[in-house]
Amino acid sequence: METLLFYLLGGLALIAAINVVLLRRVFYSALSLIVCLSALAGIYLLLDAPFIAAVQIIVYAGAIMVLFLFVIMLLDPFSATAHVDKRPYLVFFAVVLGTAALLLLYPLLKSYDPARAPHELLIPDARPGTVTHLAATLFRDYLLPFEVTSVLILVAIIGVVVLAKRQT
Amino acid sequence: MSIVHCLILSALLFTVGTVGVIVKKNVIAIFLCIELMLNAVNLSFVAFSKYLNQVHGQIFVFFVMVVAAAEAAVGLAIAIALHRNRKTLNVDDADIMKW
Repeated sequence: METLLFYLLGGLALIAAINVVLLRRVFYSALSLIVCLSALAGIYLLLDAPFIAAVQIIVYAGAIMVLFLFVIMLLDPFSATAHVDKRPYLVFFAVVLGTAALLLLYPLLKSYDPARAPHELLIPDARPGTVTHLAATLFRDYLLPFEVTSVLILVAIIGVVVLAKRQT
Repeated sequence: MSIVHCLILSALLFTVGTVGVIVKKNVIAIFLCIELMLNAVNLSFVAFSKYLNQVHGQIFVFFVMVVAAAEAAVGLAIAIALHRNRKTLNVDDADIMKW
């Protein structure tokens, strides 16, 4: 079962990666890369790395790729709008799927009970790969690199503001 | 599923990304292929982390992701500056520092 899932997700990731290179329009390349990153997140789950899988979806497929898509649409507006108006019925499907997702989420949110949330925060000898173990290692053994990383991000922020600012 | 499977997939993804970096002309497409290469490396980190039964590989993936985020932000800002100054995103047109 695990092997089958690995082959499915790996094949999906590989096909999406080849698509990234083959597609002519950058916008579709970026969408294909999102598929590839999501499939890789599934493989991380198979490899007992749930935290990395979640970060892959949230940070990579979420934040970074949204940044890419923003810039693509900002700089190359005709690459995205060429095919949109031919299929107005897609809006209907979007509304239906969005409503369905909302209905699915509602009981999930309603079933949350703060009193039943877990209380034990630190398990010293947790299995490698669990979030607890990862956090303990990250904030104990790798505390200095972690802090240096924040300086790196600060430098990147300042650099981006300087580079993207309109020179007058 | 053994570590060999993961490493082969990682190598394939890295190769596809390398080919993309060489073949593509659009600067943003090149960035996308670089992200692909970084993800291929991340996959082998996680695979080694599992099969050596250590958590350090996943910590490195975390740091790679942070560096990738910073790199993407700065790279896209450079792309915006390039588009503003040269009105192009083709890397062959940005050859002022070539010779």
